[in-house]
Amino acid sequence: MLGKDDLRILLETPGVSGYEDEIADKISEYFKPYSDDIKRDVLGNVIAKISGQEESSEPRPKIMLAAHMDEIGLMVTKVDEKGFLHVTQIGGIDQRTLPTQEVVVHGREKIKGVIGAKPPHLSSPDERKKSVPMSELLVDIGYDQAKAKELVSVGDLITIDRKMMELKGGRLAGKAMDNRAGVMVILEALKELKKLKFKADVFAVATVQEEVGLRGAVTSTYGLVPEIGIAIDVCHAIMPGVPDASPLGGGPAVGLGPNIHPKVHQLLKKTAGEERIPMSIEALPGGSGTDAWAMQISRGGVATGVISIPLRYMHTAVETLAYSDIEQSGKLLAHFIARVDSAFVEGLSCY
Amino acid sequence: MLLKYITEAAGVAGDEYEVRDVIREELKDHDLDIKTDILGNLIVSSKEELEGPKIMIAAHMDEIGMMIMSIDNSGLLKFRPVGGIDPKVLVAKTVVVGKEKLPGVIGSKAIHLQRPEERQVPLPMEALYIDIGAKNKEEAEKYVKVGDFAVFDTKYEEFGDGYAKAKAFDDRIGCAVLLEVLKEKYYIPVYGVFTVSEEIGLRGAGVAAYTVAPDIGIALEGTLAHDVTDMDDHLVSSKLRHGPVLTYIDLSVISDKKLVALAAQTAEANDIPYQYRNVMAGGNDSGKINQSRGGVPTIEIAVPTRYVHSPVSVIHLDDFANTVKLVKALIHSIESGGYEIK
Amino acid sequence: MKDLKALIEKIVTAYGPTGSENHVAELITKEIEPYVDSIRIDPLGNLIAVKKAEGPKVMLAAHMDEIGIMVTHIDDKGFLRFAPLGGINPNVLLGTRCVFANGTRGVYGSERLNPGESLTLAKMYIDIGAKDKEDAAQKVKIGDSAGADYPMVDLGDRLVSKAMDDRIACVILIETIKQLKNPKVESHFVFTVQEEVGLRGARTSAYSVDPDYGIAIDVTRTGDTPKGITMDVSLGEGPTVKVRDSSILCHPKMIAFMKEVAEKEEIPYQLEILEAGGTDSGAIHLTRSGVPSGVMSIACRYIHTPSEMIDINDVTNGIKLMTKILESEFPKI
Repeated sequence: MLGKDDLRILLETPGVSGYEDEIADKISEYFKPYSDDIKRDVLGNVIAKISGQEESSEPRPKIMLAAHMDEIGLMVTKVDEKGFLHVTQIGGIDQRTLPTQEVVVHGREKIKGVIGAKPPHLSSPDERKKSVPMSELLVDIGYDQAKAKELVSVGDLITIDRKMMELKGGRLAGKAMDNRAGVMVILEALKELKKLKFKADVFAVATVQEEVGLRGAVTSTYGLVPEIGIAIDVCHAIMPGVPDASPLGGGPAVGLGPNIHPKVHQLLKKTAGEERIPMSIEALPGGSGTDAWAMQISRGGVATGVISIPLRYMHTAVETLAYSDIEQSGKLLAHFIARVDSAFVEGLSCY
Repeated sequence: MLLKYITEAAGVAGDEYEVRDVIREELKDHDLDIKTDILGNLIVSSKEELEGPKIMIAAHMDEIGMMIMSIDNSGLLKFRPVGGIDPKVLVAKTVVVGKEKLPGVIGSKAIHLQRPEERQVPLPMEALYIDIGAKNKEEAEKYVKVGDFAVFDTKYEEFGDGYAKAKAFDDRIGCAVLLEVLKEKYYIPVYGVFTVSEEIGLRGAGVAAYTVAPDIGIALEGTLAHDVTDMDDHLVSSKLRHGPVLTYIDLSVISDKKLVALAAQTAEANDIPYQYRNVMAGGNDSGKINQSRGGVPTIEIAVPTRYVHSPVSVIHLDDFANTVKLVKALIHSIESGGYEIK
Repeated sequence: MKDLKALIEKIVTAYGPTGSENHVAELITKEIEPYVDSIRIDPLGNLIAVKKAEGPKVMLAAHMDEIGIMVTHIDDKGFLRFAPLGGINPNVLLGTRCVFANGTRGVYGSERLNPGESLTLAKMYIDIGAKDKEDAAQKVKIGDSAGADYPMVDLGDRLVSKAMDDRIACVILIETIKQLKNPKVESHFVFTVQEEVGLRGARTSAYSVDPDYGIAIDVTRTGDTPKGITMDVSLGEGPTVKVRDSSILCHPKMIAFMKEVAEKEEIPYQLEILEAGGTDSGAIHLTRSGVPSGVMSIACRYIHTPSEMIDINDVTNGIKLMTKILESEFPKI
């Protein structure tokens, strides 16, 4: 039985871009009940193959599901004379959310640290008006330089130390919802798929390095050569100042625009209607900002779709979503897969 | 009236259906192989098996436009640009929305209601909306869906001394050149590719180049020209009535120098005027063709075009004719061994 | 050391702005031809030399191109306007000298600026001493490119020149080719083109080489100058093993492997995090279905100026490290 406790485990397992081993192992375990063909490619993408069930002489459609497993984080650039750590970001972090966060430094061992902040009493009026740039943030680990250097070296990673929190109304908050929630959608889909008949070979991929430029999707899509690629990621939910977004708890947001194959979009929409799955439409005038942007232009082209889970406060340590959106997205994905056959794939090149 | 049909067709990135139809119609009497790929690129080639260097010639079908993001309670449509649009050119223009070509206007607060200082700054995209005349959200939703595209409602028209104005000469003029070029017979494999989604990041060309795997790439464009009063000569980019524009460098590619030299020689041998682009800006499909697989030498040949990325772009018809001539002649130069393939 | 300095001087002072690397390719070909099994130039101009051996295929990349300019316009008085090739700071360019392939020399000048107005490349021109357009056209055509025109200066251990970025890495690969004894891998040495405008040569050559591993060699910034950037890299402390830059998060196993080799052979090294900038490995590691890649860098001050400074000990240690890497068993990924 999958549920929010599994999401909690996924969230609390570290996996900063480029260093996804721990989360990859965890996700591989979660894929095991659904696939006996799980591998990691050279960049570290976890790829689980789930073969279509119906025997036939027709070529089997190949569908790639991509949810990135990496999270944004910090990296140590220097251990200074006083033992403080200087840092840089991996992925797009709003540095304003960092002062006074508690962190874990992944050095020789896991070390507790806090990101300090200058008290207002000591700040000039000018300083108070400005946010502190990344280059001035210091991580305090409570050691002098000699001891700090024994434990930490340049290039070590830092993650925010945050447990998942349950809010009212089935809503959950935590770090790395972007995009462990997407991984959770794939798991929910694979669970649902066990009850369905489907013809396609499905490649469930937990991709690496999305936050630094969709890099895992570039190479894994090239390697798998799918006909259809669905990216599962988070999108902005409606909140103050963000009106043109998708409602929290309103089901998956299904992408529409030049990054999406029109027939994939139509089939997702049709599936939602037939299965009575609530959904909203996410209009995407340019890039979707998801792995689908990379998948679409792999080799001779891939028919892409995007399923997003509405999320508030993206790229902070309090990302908030509704678990029901994850379940509904998983259901939509599974029933979409069940509707793909070779005729549908052939039609993808007809314009 | 090819230029009329092809510029008046709607075709924002990802929605190039009408342009494809015009192209198919234009080529229907020519015995050519016409295919589309999974992204919607239209690939045209000879039905014969031909030997020799394989040339891919690309022109993009998509134009800049708008996508409807939401509908507000009073029935006005909020939109975002698809491709690069300067909001300055949007105010008080007419558009058509969606497949049914619903007419609409881009409105803004009247001058009477603006403070003097407001008039000094251009209206940002967020302050603009499309008005289709709907009474309220409910009525607007009968005609328009979130995700629908809108394009400028501009008619093709010839004016002045051999000039023409239309929307989307970038890059329908390139499509028109390519169509004319494809009507001729060649003895080496020539693949004409009408690409999709160039304006949002050269998306179609790379995919098509991977499939076609050419030895040489040519991108056809309607390129920047701003040869107006008071512009320094070295900042105009290119000039109308000075012939096809050869580009050595832009932000996406450095053209193959031997190809540029061959194009210049070919122009001179055939008495076709030509010019070099003198501003390094923008990028185009040749950048993606150049970076495809193990690398492809490419060149960009363009019709100089004023006011690109706006509702009214302007070309001169002589430049169009000369570009067609030059591209055909260049293919024949390559055909007769003018370019050595590595 | 004298020989090495002479080779460095020959290679770094050679003419080779982005897109015009053929002269550098010829020089390098002459140096390495007797030591490699095959050598070729690909459609974009990359020079690819192979040293055969049993074992996995490794692509080593050092870019031949240097930053420079391309002429886009010649005015009636014979002044040249230009487009940048790579990341060029107009303030650095002003008043410096450049040279074209045919030896034509020029000086960068600027239009008069209004008070408070900042210098941009569009306001700059090159003065080649021409009297008028015709005179200029005798020497330079639209589409011609120029690089910085400065000799190398020998300050002892430290050398100063234009184009240390990235010819110093070309020198390291040349010497590695010469010194390599028992490689455990098939080495594909790729001297790439057009790195400065977006890793373009590396992208296409990596596709055709299709390697099992990639290592790029490039220069990197330092944190050892007065009130400089926060960066734990200094001149003379050894070549770096890169952890990351904007183009790549180096493969953890490649980082560990390169560190191990350095430690085993007692070669000094530094760990490098470059916050802005990229290198050829950025393109290599995303080729086809992915290539585990690393980067070795040489610390360099004043990058993208005509006076890039390196320490020759970093070069000799870099050659040693690169040679030993190719003579080691690569990690299983």
